[in-house]
Amino acid sequence: MQESKKTPTNRHPMPEQPAEVRRHNFLEVPLGYTEEMAQAEAARCLQCKTPKCVEGCPVAVPIPRFIRAVAQGRFAEGIRIIWEKNGLPAVCGRVCPQEIQCEGQCVLGKKGQPVAIGNLERFLADWERNHGDGSLPAKQPSTGKRVAVVGSGPSGLTVAGDLVLKGHGVTLFEAFHKPGGVLIYGIPEFRLPKAIVEAEVSILEKLGVDIACNTVVGRAVDVSELLAEGYDAVFVGVGAGLPRFLNVPGENLIGVYSANEYLTRANLMKAYDPLYDTPLVPGKNVVVVGGGNVAMDSARTALRMGAESVKIVYRRSREEMPARAEEAHHAEQEGVEFLLLSNPLRFDGNSEGRLTSVTCERMTLGEPDASGRRRPVPLEGADFTMDCDLAIIAVGSGANPLLTSSEPAIRLNRRGNIEADPATGKTSMRGVWAGGDIVTGAATVILAMGAGRKAADSIHDYLMRGW
Amino acid sequence: MFKIVRKEELVPSSVILHEIEAPRVARKAKPGQFVILKATETGERIPLTMADTNPETGTVTVIFMVVGKSTAIFSGLKEGDAYTDLIGPLGRPTDIEKVGHVVCVGGGTGIAVLHPIARAMKKAGNRVTTILGARSENFLILKEQMGALSDTLIAMSDDGSTGRKGFVTDALQEIMATDKPDLVVAIGPVPMMRAVSELTRPAGIHTLVSLNPVMVDGTGMCGGCRVTVGGETRFACVDGPEFDGHKVDFSGLAQRLNAYKAMETEAMAAHRCRMEAQMNQLEKQA
Repeated sequence: MQESKKTPTNRHPMPEQPAEVRRHNFLEVPLGYTEEMAQAEAARCLQCKTPKCVEGCPVAVPIPRFIRAVAQGRFAEGIRIIWEKNGLPAVCGRVCPQEIQCEGQCVLGKKGQPVAIGNLERFLADWERNHGDGSLPAKQPSTGKRVAVVGSGPSGLTVAGDLVLKGHGVTLFEAFHKPGGVLIYGIPEFRLPKAIVEAEVSILEKLGVDIACNTVVGRAVDVSELLAEGYDAVFVGVGAGLPRFLNVPGENLIGVYSANEYLTRANLMKAYDPLYDTPLVPGKNVVVVGGGNVAMDSARTALRMGAESVKIVYRRSREEMPARAEEAHHAEQEGVEFLLLSNPLRFDGNSEGRLTSVTCERMTLGEPDASGRRRPVPLEGADFTMDCDLAIIAVGSGANPLLTSSEPAIRLNRRGNIEADPATGKTSMRGVWAGGDIVTGAATVILAMGAGRKAADSIHDYLMRGW
Repeated sequence: MFKIVRKEELVPSSVILHEIEAPRVARKAKPGQFVILKATETGERIPLTMADTNPETGTVTVIFMVVGKSTAIFSGLKEGDAYTDLIGPLGRPTDIEKVGHVVCVGGGTGIAVLHPIARAMKKAGNRVTTILGARSENFLILKEQMGALSDTLIAMSDDGSTGRKGFVTDALQEIMATDKPDLVVAIGPVPMMRAVSELTRPAGIHTLVSLNPVMVDGTGMCGGCRVTVGGETRFACVDGPEFDGHKVDFSGLAQRLNAYKAMETEAMAAHRCRMEAQMNQLEKQA
């Protein structure tokens, strides 16, 4: 340990499936650390007195403490240290953008490579699931208060977990037939195995959270009815589930999907598994429009569904691409091509209404726009057409108005997102909190969890002391 | 789990009625709304518009025709069996107002969808003329119920085995000439809704149709059910399922309904093979 303080060693890479093998299966790409690897990586941590990494974590996991436990082989204790702040470590260790959060702040990163905090978090969660004794965090005595949590994605799961531990009765309402939100329908199996999400959700159930699937709040029951039914508080975490389309000709041809639909069919409905009944248009020549993580997930799913060629079409350059560098790199390794500075103008189809080709324009980058990124400008006379029988539109999503339009007392901003106090998550409707993508617009899993944490603290305060 | 409390084969092995326990849905559902059903863990999600709801017994009723693997699996469920998932009520309810003379046109299993709408139209004080169409007498469902709630009922069949021989549009044309409707509600196969809309368009009679595109979630999060209405893309699951028939792009809808045709045919054939193999096995054992 003394040695490592002077000469920072490189981080221990996580073994992963070779690109040529994994592009044909839906198994997880990174294989996880062995106990030896985890202990060796944990030994690199300098155990800073004022750890910067914790500041970089939106839910302030006590990182040096759990890493010390790993280094010393006290795995069961390590996971319990994480649980103090984070109920979904197997998920966060896999999908957080650590490079701009905890690992981005690690002092080792200044001269060399930061500690692989995400890999270690994931290791502990996986170790507990496979070897743990199943003991759960301790619960406070019952307060007799009841809270309805609407939406079972990352923010809702966090609120439910926090409040049940504080002794409140919690019901989690989910519109789909399975809980997990984007963790179940959006993020593919090869990045986040669904069995792991189910295991983390089942911990909540064991703690006493009641999960009501198939319940569309805004249709089957309204927020004000939940309050009238006897819930003392309501948390709204319904995400950003309204797909954006390009509004170009031919977008309704058979073979053009929103990424939401494509991924829901593939992940939630398991269209890739012949035992399941939900179909998916198989593509030979696939075009995915967009440059975020959802675009990468769609492209890599299409490859695994048997596509011969998969192209990402993005209107800016690689530098402006919002996807994590690691995701783009994984996609490229597997054979996804990047057509940068390109933008679809129209889709064309055959007499049956099936997609056959896409025509794009070439772009160049102009002055920075409001987002600070250089604005793409079309290049005249440089249009080109490609064969394409499956197109997936992954250009972002907005706020789904289904719940909010049924409850006028909840104030929205002009984009349709709920206005909530950034410090507490309180909305304009008494007894109602909101957090996650329905407030911020599409963001990350861990930011939604951070918002859930703040709201849970505020709800607890309200239940014990008043509004 | 959502238990089936009553099953009726309106047409043996073809048109099935299921009354299902779903108290929350039964309490809130209004005419024109639909549910999504899934029968097994590995099954797909299928939208069906409710033919009836009963808040007291906490049940909803659906009527469907066996057209593919999933509806074949549904039809195999008996009284006491259960669907694994039932989601609803979904979609916008029908706008029910007193407008005067409402002509309700139903074809095939669309008659089931029309049933609660026609009933609500009558209750709102409208004079209701109902035109029902089916390929033959056996397939003309809910004739008595529809007759009881309508001021006038006209039955049409393709082969003349019940009512008059001909299409629903033949009857509608006569009514338009003698007793002009203030509103037409047409629910049935796409070609029928299209023909009705084309007939009423020149006469300027407001015409509502209930669309049946492919759906996945039914809550507006995927756009799989998108249809073009008045030149704009709309999601049938949240903006519909009812739209102004004069503005709907029916050919686009018909094409998108064929998106998975080859896969559906294959799935149905494989399902039938397995069922027959099972039957053979059972017969051998017996």
